[in-house]
Amino acid sequence: MNIVVCVKYVPDATADRSFDSSDSTVDREGVDGLLSELDEYAVEQALLAAEDGDGEVTVLTVGPADAADAVRKALQMGADKGVHVEDDDIAGSDAVATSLILAKALGTLEYDLVFFGMSSTDGTMGVVPTMVAERLGLPAVTYGSEITVDGSTVTVRRDGDVATETITATAPAVVSVTDQSGEPRYPSFKGIMAAKKKPVEDLTLSDLGIDASEVGLGAAWTKVLSFAPRPPRSAGEIVTDEGDGGTKLAEFLASKKFV
Amino acid sequence: MSEIFVLVDHVDGTVRKTTGELLTLARRLGTPSAVFIGSGADSAQAYLAKFGAEKVYVLDAPELTEYLVAPKAEALAELVSSKQPGAVLISSSAEGKEIAGRLAIKTESGLITDAVDVRAGGDGVETTQSVFAGNFTVEATVTKGTPIVAVKPNSAAPEESPAAGALEPVSVTISDAAKTAKITDSKPRAATGRPELTEAAIVVSGGRGTGGDFSQVEAFADSLGAAVGASRAAVDSGWYPHSFQVGQTGKTVSPQLYVANGISGAIQHRAGMQTSKTIVAVNKDEEAPIFELVDFGVVGDLKEVLPQATDEVNKRKG
Ligand SMILES: Cc1cc2nc3c(=O)[nH]c(=O)nc-3n(C[C@H](O)[C@H](O)[C@H](O)COP(=O)(O)OP(=O)(O)OC[C@H]3O[C@@H](n4cnc5c(N)ncnc54)[C@H](O)[C@@H]3O)c2cc1C
Ligand SMILES: Nc1ncnc2c1ncn2[C@@H]1O[C@H](COP(=O)(O)O)[C@@H](O)[C@H]1O
Repeated sequence: MNIVVCVKYVPDATADRSFDSSDSTVDREGVDGLLSELDEYAVEQALLAAEDGDGEVTVLTVGPADAADAVRKALQMGADKGVHVEDDDIAGSDAVATSLILAKALGTLEYDLVFFGMSSTDGTMGVVPTMVAERLGLPAVTYGSEITVDGSTVTVRRDGDVATETITATAPAVVSVTDQSGEPRYPSFKGIMAAKKKPVEDLTLSDLGIDASEVGLGAAWTKVLSFAPRPPRSAGEIVTDEGDGGTKLAEFLASKKFV
Repeated sequence: MSEIFVLVDHVDGTVRKTTGELLTLARRLGTPSAVFIGSGADSAQAYLAKFGAEKVYVLDAPELTEYLVAPKAEALAELVSSKQPGAVLISSSAEGKEIAGRLAIKTESGLITDAVDVRAGGDGVETTQSVFAGNFTVEATVTKGTPIVAVKPNSAAPEESPAAGALEPVSVTISDAAKTAKITDSKPRAATGRPELTEAAIVVSGGRGTGGDFSQVEAFADSLGAAVGASRAAVDSGWYPHSFQVGQTGKTVSPQLYVANGISGAIQHRAGMQTSKTIVAVNKDEEAPIFELVDFGVVGDLKEVLPQATDEVNKRKG
């Protein structure tokens, strides 16, 4: 079984993320980046699914030069090879354009399953996996909290809003994975050393037959009109419990008409 | 006035409150038409009419619900192509966003997810989103195709505006390509008797600080008629089901009142509750980051504070 995992390089969520005021895109310069934590779960499930077969796990990313870090981390965890699509014209791409690039890149690879994270930690749209499936005409089993691969059948448990569902599809298929699916492994020392020798292929838009006008900020189907930091919340009242904390809490709620 | 599609969010014809919110928002943009996929349209009709749906398109075929998302998106895309609405509003749930994503590709239309406001602006449909864990507000617009907007729950107060709500059955044929991810089993979630987390006006949550015992949190929630939420630490420890998790990888809630108990306030938790109108926390560590957000905070042990608060609330209710 050959598996491709799509991973995104994102600004660190625990740092002060912001926007680039010149073009209203996510500021990727001011903040350290890393492999999206939610995509580590997808890497983990891909590695598990590939474990007892003879196929390969390829990690695929679309992103700036630094996104090579995300590929490396996945290789250290155990993926076999990497593909990094990098091109200045990609900057500012929205989910629609990103899904186009990923779909075209997948066209150059051999795969039975394509794994995704449930959403990126910066954009948090959670739409790229379905968009890629839509473009490639593949079945999509999404938001899997438990993933089982048996021969060419993939089954996921999906904890939906109103029900827990079991969903199955036959490879080739797209699978997206939640953070309930099982803790991702840490790279071992051996894994870190081995990753240095693993091949990473760099691709540009022209390698994929994509015209620059189809992607990037200019091609986005949506436009940011403005952005602003949320006004800071005005400092609240904090009391220390001296045996009457619960009463004070209830009094506050009553003063706000919640009781 | 152009026709605005609202995809109805329902369980077997029982309409969820978000649909009333979407219909209310849709009236700002044009004349709402509800799109009802699945069975039970008859029982949904009265609600949809009450909140302003002039028409209710009914798309009902077994394939629509036997497979995951793709058939719904296909049927909706066909309707969008034939009726050319001014916009499509969908609730920003996991399924809603997936339908929206497929619809965007199929109809070559721009998509905005997780909107918290929608209005008619100079450039067409304008939206407000809250991004980076609620730290920024972004205004955006769609520049291509039919604006598709996935709107978060609690983004508007549903306002009644009676309209015809005329049922219009639409015949659907689903391609084989859309019938590939089969739903082989579905277990409805057991009802808790409490309000639905994303719809509730008040949410009372517990975290690692509960030590695994949610009874005080639940009792306090019940005194206020609130929904119960949990942090990921509490969910990961197996103390509360995942469907109650609030945060980046759980539910986003935006209630009138959010009460965080024994929750430190990590950025991923904030992402799911930061836009709540009033925030209250009980935490024994005065340095806990959650206190940066609160309107009212109690530094103390939730095991002492919550039972007392519950008694006091119950007393005041008389
Ligand atoms: C990719 C990713 C996604 C994530 N998604 C989510 C998410 O969706 N939701 C989420 O919640 N987290 C999420 N997290 C986890 C998040 O980073 C925190 O680890 C988590 O929110 C911590 O939960 P907590 O506040 O309950 O626990 P802790 O951080 O351990 O805090 C417990 C708090 O309880 C207080 N306390 C202890 N005992 C008492 C007592 N008796 N009385 C009063 N206070 C007490 C302590 O002072 C402390 O502040 C995510 C993390 C990652 C990496
Ligand atoms: N630039 C990218 N390169 C590779 N994979 C991506 C990229 N953007 C998104 N993805 C994948 O799509 C998932 C959902 O992303 P999103 O729809 O942006 O929330 C992520 O978890 C990744 O698996």
